[in-house]
Amino acid sequence: MKPVFTYTNGMLPVSTHYCPGCTHGIAHRLIMEVLEENGKLGQAIGVAPIGCSVMAHQYMNVDMCEAAHGRAPAVATGIRRVHPDKVVFTYQGDGDLASIGMSEIIAAAARGERFSTFFINNGIYGMTGGQLAPTTLIGQRATTAVEGRTKAQFGMPIKMCELLAQLECAVYVERVALNSPANIRKAKKAVQRAFAVQEQGLGFSFVEFLSTCPTNWGMTPSDALKWVDEKMIPYYPLGCLRDPEKEASK
Amino acid sequence: MTEKVLMKGNEAFAEAAMRGGCRFYFGYPITPQSEIPEYMSRELPKRGGCFVQAESELGAINMTYGAGAAGGCVFISSSSPGIALMQEGLSFMASAEVPAVILNVSRCGPGIGGIQPGQADYFQATRGGGNGDYHIPVFAPYNMQEAVNLIYEAPSLAYKWRTPVIILADGMMGQMMEPVALPPEKPALEAKDIASQADWAITGYDDRGGPQNRRVVKSLRLQPEALEEHVEHLFARYAKAAPEFTRYEAIGLEDAEIVFVAYGTIARLTLEVMDMLAEQGIKAGLIRPISLWPFPEEAFDKIGPATKVVISAELSKGQLLDDVKRAVCGRFPVELIYRTGGIIPTSLEVTEKAKAILEGLQ
Amino acid sequence: MIQKLFFAGSGGQGVILMGQMIAYASMYENKEVTFLPSYGPEMRGGTANCTVVVSDKPVSCPLVYEADVVVAMNLPSMTRFESLVKPGGMLFYNSSLIPQKPTRTDIQTIPVPANDIAMEMGNSRAANMVMLGAVAHGSGVAGDEALDKILAKVFSGKKAALLDLNRKAFHAYSAQ
Repeated sequence: MKPVFTYTNGMLPVSTHYCPGCTHGIAHRLIMEVLEENGKLGQAIGVAPIGCSVMAHQYMNVDMCEAAHGRAPAVATGIRRVHPDKVVFTYQGDGDLASIGMSEIIAAAARGERFSTFFINNGIYGMTGGQLAPTTLIGQRATTAVEGRTKAQFGMPIKMCELLAQLECAVYVERVALNSPANIRKAKKAVQRAFAVQEQGLGFSFVEFLSTCPTNWGMTPSDALKWVDEKMIPYYPLGCLRDPEKEASK
Repeated sequence: MTEKVLMKGNEAFAEAAMRGGCRFYFGYPITPQSEIPEYMSRELPKRGGCFVQAESELGAINMTYGAGAAGGCVFISSSSPGIALMQEGLSFMASAEVPAVILNVSRCGPGIGGIQPGQADYFQATRGGGNGDYHIPVFAPYNMQEAVNLIYEAPSLAYKWRTPVIILADGMMGQMMEPVALPPEKPALEAKDIASQADWAITGYDDRGGPQNRRVVKSLRLQPEALEEHVEHLFARYAKAAPEFTRYEAIGLEDAEIVFVAYGTIARLTLEVMDMLAEQGIKAGLIRPISLWPFPEEAFDKIGPATKVVISAELSKGQLLDDVKRAVCGRFPVELIYRTGGIIPTSLEVTEKAKAILEGLQ
Repeated sequence: MIQKLFFAGSGGQGVILMGQMIAYASMYENKEVTFLPSYGPEMRGGTANCTVVVSDKPVSCPLVYEADVVVAMNLPSMTRFESLVKPGGMLFYNSSLIPQKPTRTDIQTIPVPANDIAMEMGNSRAANMVMLGAVAHGSGVAGDEALDKILAKVFSGKKAALLDLNRKAFHAYSAQ
């Protein structure tokens, strides 16, 4: 009999601490699956952030380093310089990457560091309990914005892909969503492209995953998936902003 | 002996680090040490090493953490406010047991302060500016040759004891020129040998026979018992390493009336003060801590019965004094001679103040 | 034997180079030496000064509060640092640019028309080498043999064409 679904060797056979309905597990699996399919698990070095995925190194079955809040791109820069031939990636949430770590991510992208960053955007601080994130949508409630985000008080949510795509050396930039099987298949293709661009030595690669946080959004997992479609995607449009292949064919 | 060369302090420091095996430098310009990143950007690539101008000192220390975690031999430098920014990374590195050598060509504070030499980073270096229970060994050379020797030796100590090592110099040492004998070039660790030589390094598990040998470099320990055990482990290692790190020079303690305690630039000046006092018939001795942490408390057991006072001479407002008092432990009166703001007192000024202290006791 | 020298002038007068050359030459003569430049926030202009301590014992203090020799390349430097010379010490001043005489009487004052001499030789930029020669010969801090070696080292490569001029400048004051 042919198995239709198995564990990936890229994930350790343990259950995660993520809440029911959280899409971190999907993102973890996609990245690890691609590394496994590429035969690169044993040559990969990942950098885990601070935030809900602080324990990613307990799930991802590759060598890993834990970084201080927001500093994963700097840590990955150091790792990359020592091991120019390995596969290096960071996995970061929106508070980590788009707030406290903004300087590190922009600088790494501007330098065209040859690693891949996987960015989980769920529009909220998960681990600390639902505070406003730099990516929280207008009107979205947070424990530090109980009436919902207003432009007057907090400004507008940051679109990281659009920001980074302006940098010459951020050669691959794509936004995907993890809220439907079709979108997840597209997300996997983006992960594959990111690693391919890295291996070709073309520059910095970046994939933003629109993700859910049913717990802090105060929704059921299925409502959360719908909310991504109805609220997030209209503000954070899906698609590829930079790809060396497309740019070459222009 | 190797032939001496006349070099600017900052360039000699950089050269010593490379000869000691360091091949990675991550830095951000700051006076009075900017000659170091400049020198490294020119020289490291020639030796197959790597220079990155970081976006900030925060970036630099975290690149250092990443490169050290990956088994690279890293030397970095900055000056006081830049070192302040690095404290987050230093705490992480101390906990994750990641080696590196960090040079502070210090200026004076607080805040942005001034760019003249100071020693007001004593607490920052010895008490740890980062959070948590940890220490980082600190060496404080007093002249160029000692600085070169310590920077040269530091990478192997850092590797052996899996710890960051801080070298505390000051702006005067960075900017001055003095003849130095440069030590011979040590072979640098190549990327392909890291997996077999550095038993903490993350290199991808294929280098170590498979996923059963997966490595994680981390400081997160959410279980209180696990964290407590880790802290105990760190401190047990500090105790084991202490004999190798504890260093000092003691001069004329047996029959000294005044014993100075001083490190770095002011220790150098104190040697002149001792001569000046001797001309006036006053015998003075010196305890010169070369390691500030661990602090060489044993040196204080050598102070003789003739001593009337122990004087902490420093370019900070009674920071070294704390450790001097602890080491003297009530056996002798302890006094302070200091200047702040980047002012180095004249040897005459220190001599007069020391005499006044001595007369005040009688 | 310990000699403390202090060189002062404005940025661009080659003050730092003078101090460095004395330091190099002393090292060649197997003496202990320290060279300490002043450093400030400005990148251009302003004052430049440096301290050189030459000794047959290890130098305990690279700072100078009382100098055996002060070299002033312009008026503000002389005004500011004349007091640094210890009684009986020497003050070399660039009389081409300093119209007035020093006020101290307890020290030896040596006017050196450094710019004029250099100009006669065709390049006023060699004024610092004229002064260096005057200081070396007058104070005896470093010998000609060592300094000539350093001159050849400083004026080599792209600057090799300037060696002869600067050698001449170095001996010009004593040859007068």
